[in-house]
Amino acid sequence: MAVMKIKNVVLRSLFKKPATLLYPVVCREYPEKGKGHIAVDMSTCICCSICAKKCPADAIKVDRANKSWEISRMSCVQCGCCVDCCPKGSLTMENTYTQPDVSLTVDTFFKPEEEAPAEAAEK
Amino acid sequence: MGKRTVIPFGPQHPVLPEPVHLDLVLDDEKVVDVIPSIGFVHRGLEKLVEIREYPEMVYVSERICGICSFGHGWGYSHAVEGLLNAEVPERAEYLRTIWHELSRIHSHLLWLGLLADGFGFESLFMHCWKLRETVLDLFEETTGGRVIFSVCRVGGVSRDMDKETLNKVVKTLRGMEKEIKELTDVFFEDYSVGNRLKGVGFITKEQAMELCAVGPVARGSGIRQDMRLSGPGIYNELGFEPIVFEEGDCWARCMVRIGELFQSIDLIEKAVEKIPEGDIIVPIKGVLPAGEAYMARLEQPRGEAIYYVRGQGTKFLERFRVRTPTCMNIPAMVKMLQGCDLADVPMMILTIDPCISCTER
Repeated sequence: MAVMKIKNVVLRSLFKKPATLLYPVVCREYPEKGKGHIAVDMSTCICCSICAKKCPADAIKVDRANKSWEISRMSCVQCGCCVDCCPKGSLTMENTYTQPDVSLTVDTFFKPEEEAPAEAAEK
Repeated sequence: MGKRTVIPFGPQHPVLPEPVHLDLVLDDEKVVDVIPSIGFVHRGLEKLVEIREYPEMVYVSERICGICSFGHGWGYSHAVEGLLNAEVPERAEYLRTIWHELSRIHSHLLWLGLLADGFGFESLFMHCWKLRETVLDLFEETTGGRVIFSVCRVGGVSRDMDKETLNKVVKTLRGMEKEIKELTDVFFEDYSVGNRLKGVGFITKEQAMELCAVGPVARGSGIRQDMRLSGPGIYNELGFEPIVFEEGDCWARCMVRIGELFQSIDLIEKAVEKIPEGDIIVPIKGVLPAGEAYMARLEQPRGEAIYYVRGQGTKFLERFRVRTPTCMNIPAMVKMLQGCDLADVPMMILTIDPCISCTER
């Protein structure tokens, strides 16, 4: 039976850097594969709403008439189902988190308007 | 005989990470009887099968508990795969085993910290949790999540690990091993730790069997019972042998968990050496067969968990039931507490590693 068995660990840690970071002054680096938030590329989105149907948390809403795509950041569980099922690859999982907020945020994205007439003219 | 007093213990108490209430009937300083009551964090997750299709239900089952989340996702997926007679790719089974053993390491390090905190050893608690942080970082690098991973799917896993990442996991764990050894030596040898744990909360092999104790509580009392011997995963190929201690006290249960920490690192290294190439997921479609049921058994860090699923001919399960390890260890805990000193009560509650969120779901 030893007394103060932990003293070596404690003494060594006295001369080491703290294990914690001074957030928000120092931000940690997010790993490449991290699940931070869902990003959408509206220029390729076809508003098929498969992502909205597959979302287990019902966080995504797609409005075909207004060509808008919205996500409730607080409902999203970062499972990555929408990224897997997107037929056009418009959705990606970014490794950074969204900014902290004081209210429930719903981010809405619209399809770029200026491209629509040009595409129609080509057809 | 002194006057009997009833002391309420919990639901809010410094040693309890989660709410459970115990009525301790005391005769002076001795605990004569214990009346446990649960129900503070019941969320009704099992009922969600009525509105969630079976592939989506994995995410719900992962949220049963934050510590053993991967195990719950795996147990549920394994049960549904059994119901559908689906064959899971071998690589997926290896990856699931690696992640499950990683979560065992993080769970046991968390528990060692809580135990140290329980007997007032603050610096030991902090150092245990510092090491656990490294395991959480490994999870974040490989799965993307630190607590809830969302990588287990019905039919396999959604993320693969390349050779470099697998080697990095092993290298990091081997690097941690020396630091873990230093801390576990404190549990082994320190005078004050021995004083709090040795001979406290004794439960015999027969009592543990009779009260259906599972996991480290059973193994600490000399019962060679571990679902990794027969459950899902590739443990048989890794030459797994459970760690059993005969003493049956708090110290033995602590030693079982410490032994499992090092064993998990060895198992991960063996799995990384043997992991085959191939697919990680098979597509699973169709409805669940009506009237058929399947029961999966899995060894969680806290003991054996049972997942029961029954189909009804649609994409929704008719019944999903989880029997968690803490649920089975509460009768054993009540038995340990009868006759102990009031000051030892926190040690016994902690050494069954109570996970009340699991128990109540």
